[in-house]
Amino acid sequence: MNNPLSSILKLPAQPLRLAQHPRRRLDPTLLVFVLLLLVLVALVANPILRLVWESLRAGDGSITLQHYADAFGKQRNLKALLNTLYLGLASTGMAMAFGVPLAWAVSRTTMPGRQLIQGGVLATFVMPPFLGAVAWILLAGPNAGWLNKRWSELTGADGGPFNIFSFWGIALLIALYAFPLVFVFSKSAFDLISTEMEDAAAIHGASGRQVFRRVTLPLALPAIVGSAILVFLEAISLFGTPALLGIPARINVATTQMSTFFEHPLRMGTAAAYSMPVLGATVLLLLLQRRLLAKKGYVSVSGKGGERRPLDIGPFKWLLAAYGAFILLLSVALPLGILLQSAFARAWGKGLAASNLTLANFHYIFFEQMTVRQAMLNTVLYALAAAAACVVLGIVVAYVTQRRLLPFPGLIQFMALAPFAVPGIILAVGFYAAYAGAPFSLYGSGWLIVLAYITRFLPIAATTTGASLRSLNPELEEAVRILGGGRFMVLRKVVVPLLRKSLIGAFMLVFVIATRELSTAVFLTGPQSRVMSVLTLDMSEQGQYEILSAMGIVLLLMTTVVVGIGMKLAGRDFMLRRH
Amino acid sequence: MPQLTLNQLCKTYGKNSVVDHLDLSLAQGELVSLLGPSGCGKTTTLRMIAGFIDPTSGTVEVDGKVLSSARGSVPPERRGMSMIFQSYAIWPNMTVAENVGFGLAVRKVAAAEIRRRVDEMLDVVQLRALRDRYPAELSGGQQQRVALARSIVVRPDVLLLDEPLSNLDANLREEMRSEIRRLHDEFRITTVYVTHDQSEAMAISDRIAVMNGGRIEQVDTPWALYNRPRTPFVAQFIGRTNLLAATCASSELRFDGFSLPAALLDDAAPGGAVTVSVRPQDLQLSAQRPADGAGGIEVTVVGRTYLGDCWDYTVMPANASGQAIKVNTNPSVLLDVGRRAWLVFDSRKLVAV
Repeated sequence: MNNPLSSILKLPAQPLRLAQHPRRRLDPTLLVFVLLLLVLVALVANPILRLVWESLRAGDGSITLQHYADAFGKQRNLKALLNTLYLGLASTGMAMAFGVPLAWAVSRTTMPGRQLIQGGVLATFVMPPFLGAVAWILLAGPNAGWLNKRWSELTGADGGPFNIFSFWGIALLIALYAFPLVFVFSKSAFDLISTEMEDAAAIHGASGRQVFRRVTLPLALPAIVGSAILVFLEAISLFGTPALLGIPARINVATTQMSTFFEHPLRMGTAAAYSMPVLGATVLLLLLQRRLLAKKGYVSVSGKGGERRPLDIGPFKWLLAAYGAFILLLSVALPLGILLQSAFARAWGKGLAASNLTLANFHYIFFEQMTVRQAMLNTVLYALAAAAACVVLGIVVAYVTQRRLLPFPGLIQFMALAPFAVPGIILAVGFYAAYAGAPFSLYGSGWLIVLAYITRFLPIAATTTGASLRSLNPELEEAVRILGGGRFMVLRKVVVPLLRKSLIGAFMLVFVIATRELSTAVFLTGPQSRVMSVLTLDMSEQGQYEILSAMGIVLLLMTTVVVGIGMKLAGRDFMLRRH
Repeated sequence: MPQLTLNQLCKTYGKNSVVDHLDLSLAQGELVSLLGPSGCGKTTTLRMIAGFIDPTSGTVEVDGKVLSSARGSVPPERRGMSMIFQSYAIWPNMTVAENVGFGLAVRKVAAAEIRRRVDEMLDVVQLRALRDRYPAELSGGQQQRVALARSIVVRPDVLLLDEPLSNLDANLREEMRSEIRRLHDEFRITTVYVTHDQSEAMAISDRIAVMNGGRIEQVDTPWALYNRPRTPFVAQFIGRTNLLAATCASSELRFDGFSLPAALLDDAAPGGAVTVSVRPQDLQLSAQRPADGAGGIEVTVVGRTYLGDCWDYTVMPANASGQAIKVNTNPSVLLDVGRRAWLVFDSRKLVAV
């Protein structure tokens, strides 16, 4: 019998270079550990600790509470904090009213156009809030606003009823661009509740309304409340919308108040002290949100089994669809329309007319005005750098903590996620304190912004890459090791190729978010390191709405292309995944 | 000279001892199974042999060279071993041929040589036709063969298998079982095989180490484990058995309610209290009192279950206070519950454990 085995047995052996003595395996990993720890300390711990330190440090280096007295001793400053609270509550309430019904309708009912609504929510998510605010200045500014003009034409009245420069205007704008958070969280909770649980209530005699009130809603409630907390935190830490709409309306909030400390003369200590209540509230509310969502038994929502049958809600489905369409009209369609019109107009107020059409605005931003061109270049460059660094750091953090390669995995994990609890504008104060002056003297350099971006978006990158790494069976890596490959080969041959999609997804997610980041950048940009978001504020103040719109359209176009590529490469839902 | 030696191997996590002073030696080319219930420490032991886990104390040695000790370990990639994982761990981003050739590529074998050896190996496991497919296109059994080919083609000093058949369905499991044994007979690689399935271990192993609570209860050939169990745990874990308490005095075994001559034991009777294991199929049950000298005892039938190929009876010795005895009889023996019957013990089928 011709046995193929015998020929294999006769082949010359290729033994591995076996180690002569066992050795401690720690040596190279210790180096990585020290390096990673240094990076995390520089990016996360130092700015946050410097913030606290600055709030307590007197000019001569002694400890003082004077900054707190300055920050909270003025009526105006306290009023701003109170306004922040009211604005947070109002916009959270509105965002819930927008997000929860739509999430339920898309997830559980036969409402027509569910795909469209979902796509519209994604589009809302892509629209930077400050651009939405600019668009709404054009739509609902008193007198000149497009909506007010149409109103006067229809009614013959002198001027219209809409005024976006008002408390409720600001609240609406915040809610319009924060409700996708509520939608995503609530929808994933509704998605997980199996119809069988509702059927079980029905078979025991509950009516349709009772089923919703006593089964569906309570099951989804922790996720919904969790998302409300996130929206509230987003609302109180937002800078762009209050700056664009609140300052003309003389409505001062915490973030805009903080920016006054950065005007001449710079009052760093006061700014640091003033950020403490917002920082404290953020940390506490995030802990609360964690606890709500950690009650897994409650959101039991057994993943498998149990079909999910869409509920027929009769004529209400048309009402809900109209409601959804109305919200998306406000958040996407109208703003996009007015921005487009304005970007191609000689004067935006003259409306759509052949004589008013021009490409001059685009020519201006690309070829004439170097400030704008530089800002666009900077935006892309900084976002690319931050996204790349975030993904690398994120996967390293996720890998070493999940595979327990380094000592103190909890500490590493904590440091990587901690920036999530620091609002962008407060992080900027910390970075300014830590790196703007000597010995680093990074103020005005793009590096300062890139570093701050990396810190700000590291939690996003770490959680997305961490989630995908968790889906990778460690045995795939052990198989490499036992066949003779080292840790580096494990990463090169198995981990990176298998996580390629998720890594690309994380990269694009961070890139998109970084291109529109405003609050982190606002104190850190110098004349040479402007980004588009910061430039928007200046141009809005100067009333250059046509050029501003052209720039906004370019930003949106770029973002849309990146999101499109991301959906192709990393799966349709890569932007809307719940982390 | 024993090739793989585990020497007083221990692993503790905090206060929890997972592997407890384990000693085991494998001769060159031997296939030994680690058999035990889940949580008995068998996988931890295997992963210590592989170098994924460092021992708390004790050593892992190959040919007298210490690979693992409390002071440090040779990393897995420098042990010259290979392993088959429970999940197969076939890399989905590589073709069948790339998977199988991986270990050779790491060893810097020339490309043409890799190709030749991979193809030969794929012939052995009958996967040549699928060499350029990706794992997602393969069935579970085919993936298993890829894993086998991948770990054997590098001709490791030691081959480790971690419950390799637990994810296959029953038919395929038997087929792969004989495949693994066939490959072992051909290549004679020193092999450690972890399983919780006793019939799998019996079918495949030269010797079986039965583990319980981090310790080895008994290491023996499958025949000896079944017929000469040394501990109650082994007797119960390998096949079904009756464990009966007895006292041994002057060539007589006194059980609860009856006595038997000590000569029925397979070994010399130890003195004093003893636990005796006797398998249900080594007992006979009959309606009639057997001829004198056959040593039958009087029992009452208290329960029965029909299993197709046999009856599974539960009987209670006439004067016993508690412990019932399980007996398997051939299907033609029909006794109603409540009836009197006689139980006959075969000589040398009683084992003191």
